[in-house]
This record gives sequence, C-alpha cells and structure tokens, in this order.
Amino acid sequence: MPKINNTAKNEIKLIIKKEFFEINFFGNWTVGSSAKGVEELLLSLADYPKIRKMTFSTKKLDDWDSFFMAQLMVIINFAKNKKITVDIKSLPKGIQGLLDLAYSVPERDGARKQKKKTSLIESIGRSLLKAKVELKNLVTFLGDLIQSSFSLIKGTGRFRFVDLMTYIQDCGPASLPIVSLISFLVGLILAFVGALQLSLFGAQMYLADLVGLGMTREMGALMVGIIMAGRTGASYAAQIGTMNVNSEIDALKTMGFNPMEFLVMPRMLALILVMPLLCLYADFMGMLGGAAVAIGLFDISSTEYWTRTELAVQFKDVLVGLFKASIFGILIAYSGCIRGMQCGRSASAVGDAATSAVVTGIIFIVISDSLITILFNQLGI
Amino acid sequence: MTEACITIKKMTMAYGDFIIQRDLDFKINQGDIFVIMGGSGCGKSTLMMHLIGMIFPSKGNIYYGNENLWGPNASNQKLLLNKTGVLFQSGALLSSMTLGENIALPISEHTELNKKNIQEIVDYKLSLVGLAGFSDFYPSEISGGMQKRAGLARAMALDPEILFFDEPSAGLDPISSKLLDDLILSLRDNLNATIVMVTHELASIFAIGTNSVFLDPESKTMIAEGDPKKLLKTSKDERVIKFLSRSKKK
Repeated sequence: MPKINNTAKNEIKLIIKKEFFEINFFGNWTVGSSAKGVEELLLSLADYPKIRKMTFSTKKLDDWDSFFMAQLMVIINFAKNKKITVDIKSLPKGIQGLLDLAYSVPERDGARKQKKKTSLIESIGRSLLKAKVELKNLVTFLGDLIQSSFSLIKGTGRFRFVDLMTYIQDCGPASLPIVSLISFLVGLILAFVGALQLSLFGAQMYLADLVGLGMTREMGALMVGIIMAGRTGASYAAQIGTMNVNSEIDALKTMGFNPMEFLVMPRMLALILVMPLLCLYADFMGMLGGAAVAIGLFDISSTEYWTRTELAVQFKDVLVGLFKASIFGILIAYSGCIRGMQCGRSASAVGDAATSAVVTGIIFIVISDSLITILFNQLGI
Repeated sequence: MTEACITIKKMTMAYGDFIIQRDLDFKINQGDIFVIMGGSGCGKSTLMMHLIGMIFPSKGNIYYGNENLWGPNASNQKLLLNKTGVLFQSGALLSSMTLGENIALPISEHTELNKKNIQEIVDYKLSLVGLAGFSDFYPSEISGGMQKRAGLARAMALDPEILFFDEPSAGLDPISSKLLDDLILSLRDNLNATIVMVTHELASIFAIGTNSVFLDPESKTMIAEGDPKKLLKTSKDERVIKFLSRSKKK
C-alpha cells in the first residue's frame, strides 16, 4: 500500500497557446490529492471554442499514480467528446504506454449498464410480467412432476434406492431433536395461554381437549411443515442448485436420465413418507408439553389429563393432521426442488435459491392449510 | 469421401432475443477431431450444448447422420444422444457418489449387466484414464485434473461413437494437458470415435485437431472452417490469423 499523502499540493494550469491548449500539471498527483482544478479547467475550455488541439506538459509533475491517470482520462474523454484533437506525445513514455493500453480496446456500445429511473406503473407492469413467467414455470414444473410420478407408478421411473434411503434418514430421524423441542414448547405455550383463559370460568379441565385437538388437527402438522421447509426445503434447493452450478444436472441429462425422476422424485417420496410420521410424533410431544403445564401448574392429575385427551381427540382428528402433513411434504419438496432447478450458475444464486425455497414453502403451507381447514370445516370432518 | 457424422444446417443460437451466433453451416466427419474455437464469449460452449441436445436451436437444424436431432419423433432424440459421451469443463461428477458409482450410473441405466460385470467395466475405464484403484473415492477427495479424467472415464462408459469435450485442458498443467491430448488421440484411433472439442488451447488445436470451425463474437457467425494447420497457412482473415498465431504477423 503506498503511503497516502493528503497534504501533497497539486495544481493544474491551462495555458492558451495560439492554436492549442497546453495543460500543465504541477506537484503530486497521487491518491488523496485534490481533483478540484480539473473540473474548473474543463469548464473554462468552453471559453475558447476556436481552439481544436490539446497538448500536455508534465515537466513540473512530481509524483503520479492511478489518480493522475484517471484524471488524465477524464480530460482526454472530455476533449474527444468536444472533437478536440489530443496530442499525448509530450507525456512521459510510461504514461503514454498506459494510455495506449487503456484505449486499445474501445468501449463496447451498450456495455455500460444504463441507470434508468422506472416509473411506478412501469415497475408494476414489469413485476406482473415476471409473475406471469413465474406462474408458467410453476405450472410447467408441476406438469413434469406429474409425468414423472406416472412413470414412477408404471415402474419406468429411475432413481437409486439408496438415494431414497439417504433422504429418509436425512429428513426423518435426523430432524427429531428440533421437532421434539419445538412441538413440546408449542404444546406448552398452547396449554399455558389456554389455561389462563379457561381458569376464568373454572374450566381448566378442558385444557387437555384444547391441547389435544389443537396439536392433532393443526399445530402438529403446521409446526412440522414449517420446520421441514426451513430445514429440508432449503437443503434440497441448495443441493440441486449446486449440482446445477457444477453442470451435474446437464451431465445427468446427457447420460439419458430425467433429472425430475432422478433428483426430485426420491426427495419428494422421502418427505411424503416421513412427514406423517414426524407429525404423529409432534402431536405426541405437544400433548406432553400440555401435560407438563396442566400437571405442574394447574393441579390436574396425569390420569385426568390422559382421560380427557382420550375422550376429546378422535381418530379422525389425528388423520386430518396426518393428511395435512403429507400435503405439506409434497409442497415442501416441490418448492425446494423447483428453486434448485431454476437456480442460476453462481454461488449467490444458490443462496437465493435456498432463501426462496423456504419462503415459497412456507407460503404454500400456510395457504394450503387455510384451504384444507375451510374445506374440512364445510364437510364437517 | 468420409461420412458426415453431424451436420449443422443454417443454425441460429439465441437466448430469447439476444442472438449469439447465426448462419452456422458445417459438417463434422466420422473420425474427425473437430475443434470449436473462437475468442472468449463467442458461444463455443453454447454451440456444444446445442450439439448435445441440451438447448433447442432458435433456427435451423442439427442432423446426426441423416436423422434430425429435433425431429418430430422425441424418442429418436434419446436414441441418437445415446451414441454420445460428454466431458464437461469441471468434470461434472455427481458429488454425492464415488467415482465408481459415477461411472457405473450410465452403464446400469442403459445395459442389463449384473453388478459384478459393471464393476469390471468401471475398473477397466478407470485404468484407461490412469485412475486404477480410485473407484471408492469421492470427487471432492481427488484433484481437479483427476476429476476431469474421471469425467472422461464416465463419458466413455458406454463406448460412445461421438465424444464431446468442453475445454478439456482448462486448468491443467502442460504435462497433464499433453497426456490428455494423447489420450484423446488414442481414443479416436482405437475406438474409432469422433471427437468434438471446445477449446482455445493453441497447443492442443495444432497437435490433434483435424477439422475446425471458428466463431467470431463480433460478426456473430462462423468466419472459417477446416484443418486448423491449413487455416493458419491459407486463411486470409486477419481475425483467424491473429487467433491462431497469437497475433504474430504472418
């Protein structure tokens, strides 16, 4: 790192000869010195519209670096724009060489990105068009997915069984600790909040009903869905996205594999199989959390609690939760895999894909959860 | 007259409205070591992706023999592409599998061989590229040059008639790159394969190339074709000479 000398004095002077400008540089032109003079000088050039030639004098120039070169190029570009011929022969050899290098490849037309201000209407229009493309992609992916599911059912779909097993291991047993923690705490919170309200009416007895129904019908599946969207959905997007960056997906295609069958299907199957099991486990952990509050704080005996739970929760309530969990599994795998497949070919694109997989996954889960709940309510299930 | 293996007719490559190359018209003959060359960003790799059926040409056609690659019969395309093997720039080995599993993958997909026979072929292919005994290594455990050679072993797994290479010597030291050139030559001679490679490595181009096409990024089309050695002597196009002679005057 060169020493930055802020106190270095520098000066630029314009000398008007008969037919040309001579620009004189004085003192130090290094990083940290001032470039004020250059702007004033360029402004003053306009006063002499008849002079069409420019030369430089650097006899008094002491020290220079990229700062000097950059200012020099500003002057030269300005002169070129005004159709003033620039003669650089009077500059030292080193500077001439650098200038030749800088101007050897002309700036490509349109290479510089235009910074345009877009109006509100334009940006709304653009995002609508983008949304249309996005929707088309989602539907196309869904179509491919359905086709691959058919070939899987027919028995022609190909993936490695060992991959399926790895994914099951990955999203099942490996995610038990976090599922345990979260669902236990959710059950606990549910019981606590509910109990405070219920005790106003002296109805703490119904705590078990609240927690049992809440966990089995709703919170168990929802919590597992959100955990898995963050954990597994993101990991699917990152895995497939990195494979895309590495051309591994192209390689698979050239070997005659359908990436949909080979990469997406086993991941989706794993989630569809594992999600209901995780949900059942989460239901149980949630009730345990509820029991902890009921027994510890509200003087309900454990026998009472379990009897109430047994009475309140019917088998169909558990099934509703499991059904939701399977649907969430499909949606998580869908959003994780599509974001991975759409991933661009750079490291930051993989990060974006993972983020977007989680966001899409959670949105899908919440929307579908509302729809299913309304539907079941109407059907009286 | 040698038989044309791949024929490209009036092809235009584009991403949306952005044209990369237009009016491409050339033939790759059986037994050629065909070089796709040109400066950076001229669309060499994109052309290769078109040839292996990854990207649909926006205009024009690609023929394998007499069959149109993008003809109406979709299953036909799969059959045609089964004759090809591709080595990607980075090797593109599946990182979750060992080298052995990587090479076994296309074999188990396209043949009915049992596990033992597949493993024997895998060992043979690995020894061809000088990686005997590395079957149980993961791609992340070996060097870049080795990954590339393993990728080559996978590309050759099904004894393809046409082998595609994307920048085979990029990132290799001169000796490994020379070894790879020799390997490509002997593959062509011993397996009677046709080789198509994307490269701008002059040493390789002159050492093994027998036919070529030169893509120019500014005029967005091909400006020369033929044997690179002859091109250097006979071409009158300044851009081609500049490229092939590293800008020395003729």
